[in-house]
Amino acid sequence: MTTTSPSTTAYDSEQAPGGTLVRSSWVLAVRGLRSIRRLPSAFIPSLVMPIFQAVAFSGTFYAITKVPGFPTDKAINWFLPLGCLMGAGFAGVGLGFSTVRDLETGFYDRLRMAPSPGFTQILGPLILCWVRVLIVVGTVLGVGLLLGARPVDWVLGILALLVACLGVATISAGWGLGLAFVFRDMRGAALMQLTLFNALFLTDAQSPLSLMTGWLHTVARYNPFTYILRLGRQGFLQGVSWHDTWGGLLAIVVLSVLTLTFAHRKQRSLDG
Amino acid sequence: MTAVTAPVGAATPARSGSFWRQTAAMSRRSILAFVRQPALVIPSLIFPLFFAALGSSSFSKATSLPGFPEVDSFLDFSLAGSIVQGVLFGSVTGGAALATDIEAGFFDRLLASPTSRVGILLGRLAGAAAFGAFQTVFFIVVLLPFGVSIKSGIVGFVAIVLSGALTGMAFGGFAAAMALKTGSSEAVQGSFPLLFIALFLSSAFFPRETMTGVYGHIADANPISYLVEGIRGLTIESLSATNLAEALLIPVAIGVVSIGIALRALNGRLAAR
Repeated sequence: MTTTSPSTTAYDSEQAPGGTLVRSSWVLAVRGLRSIRRLPSAFIPSLVMPIFQAVAFSGTFYAITKVPGFPTDKAINWFLPLGCLMGAGFAGVGLGFSTVRDLETGFYDRLRMAPSPGFTQILGPLILCWVRVLIVVGTVLGVGLLLGARPVDWVLGILALLVACLGVATISAGWGLGLAFVFRDMRGAALMQLTLFNALFLTDAQSPLSLMTGWLHTVARYNPFTYILRLGRQGFLQGVSWHDTWGGLLAIVVLSVLTLTFAHRKQRSLDG
Repeated sequence: MTAVTAPVGAATPARSGSFWRQTAAMSRRSILAFVRQPALVIPSLIFPLFFAALGSSSFSKATSLPGFPEVDSFLDFSLAGSIVQGVLFGSVTGGAALATDIEAGFFDRLLASPTSRVGILLGRLAGAAAFGAFQTVFFIVVLLPFGVSIKSGIVGFVAIVLSGALTGMAFGGFAAAMALKTGSSEAVQGSFPLLFIALFLSSAFFPRETMTGVYGHIADANPISYLVEGIRGLTIESLSATNLAEALLIPVAIGVVSIGIALRALNGRLAAR
């Protein structure tokens, strides 16, 4: 494969000759959306797994709702937001996989040579990720509602869930892209998935903090994803309140800035 | 790659060397693969422990619910689920290794040699059984310091390890069938979610008695439920014939089916050459 020094061709300015940051990013996002149609096998698991997770957890752990102090008597209300967040997270790290593929096939080299701002290669996939999250959350939510999930606060509850999902997707997209730029091959894939999986499960994913014992209680209390999960889940439990919202928003902003900065820095390091 | 004409027929005796010696050699090779590539097997050891640790913190208060068996801790309850979960992970890895042999052409070289065709498959399954036994011992040893105990004593312990080995062989049969049918390690890895779904639709993580509706009916019909309950019974109760039978005979029954399918897939692959 021919390699070209990208440092001479990548543009950091929004006024790059090939078009604006937003327009170039949108083109990249549309390319990714087309790949859903062309390669559905790569997208379908990220749609099916969260549905399965929500259904399986609700069925398997149904009895946990009978423990005194559990905040809802509907297991699906407890586990559906977790399934949505997991789907959103995997949509995010999925960007890491597709970026690795582009790096391996050389397509990414061509992108870097294109007369568009460098941040396009982060913003474009991010827009794609948000669209995918809307599809995933819409589908999982639809199935969940059919299976008996009932938000306490329909409008604000679903809005809070959507914000939490977009937040988790943004965080995991930054993380996945950053690791893709670090490893430049599929070695990073396991790390992308494992960290997300651990981050989401080392929370009150399965039972509320008040019912937890031992080490997990301490870990979950300090895990920022606990607060994002609380933000997304509140509309299905007791209704939306600022008390259960601000922590999640803060966690999303801080972690998004950190992971996107990580991705941007590692992307620039590709230029040597 | 050079195509080699091999005699069709799974049970054709080889010209040199005994069937059992060849099977043992294939088995040794598949075990060595587990030892030499720890990155492939570590997830199947770590993940079940991670889930057990999560469950013991998250669900410790659920043990007092009606329908929950009498246990000292949730960890006692979750040991059986962890064993079956780990062995299922491991069996997929073994199947993927067979598919990799096919992709890399090693399988063709084996067929070109005077080796028993059935021995190739059985050797792989024996490797899966050995790894299943190792995983079972590993989970018990790791969880012992955290309060897990085997109430059925040393006989129960041996039965649980044997059950782990048989389960490895049984589910290894399905993974091997998939490998022989598709010749693709990606396809074998892709079958993992199916096994995971089968595991979740059982009593591996929570008792069937606490499940309701369709979910409860599926768990009632799922043989994995009874396999897990057999192992669980040996963990949390004194030795009983029922628990022994469930822990040992159910993987044997699953194995008869899965190895039958794998042999059929092997015949199909040989016939297609």
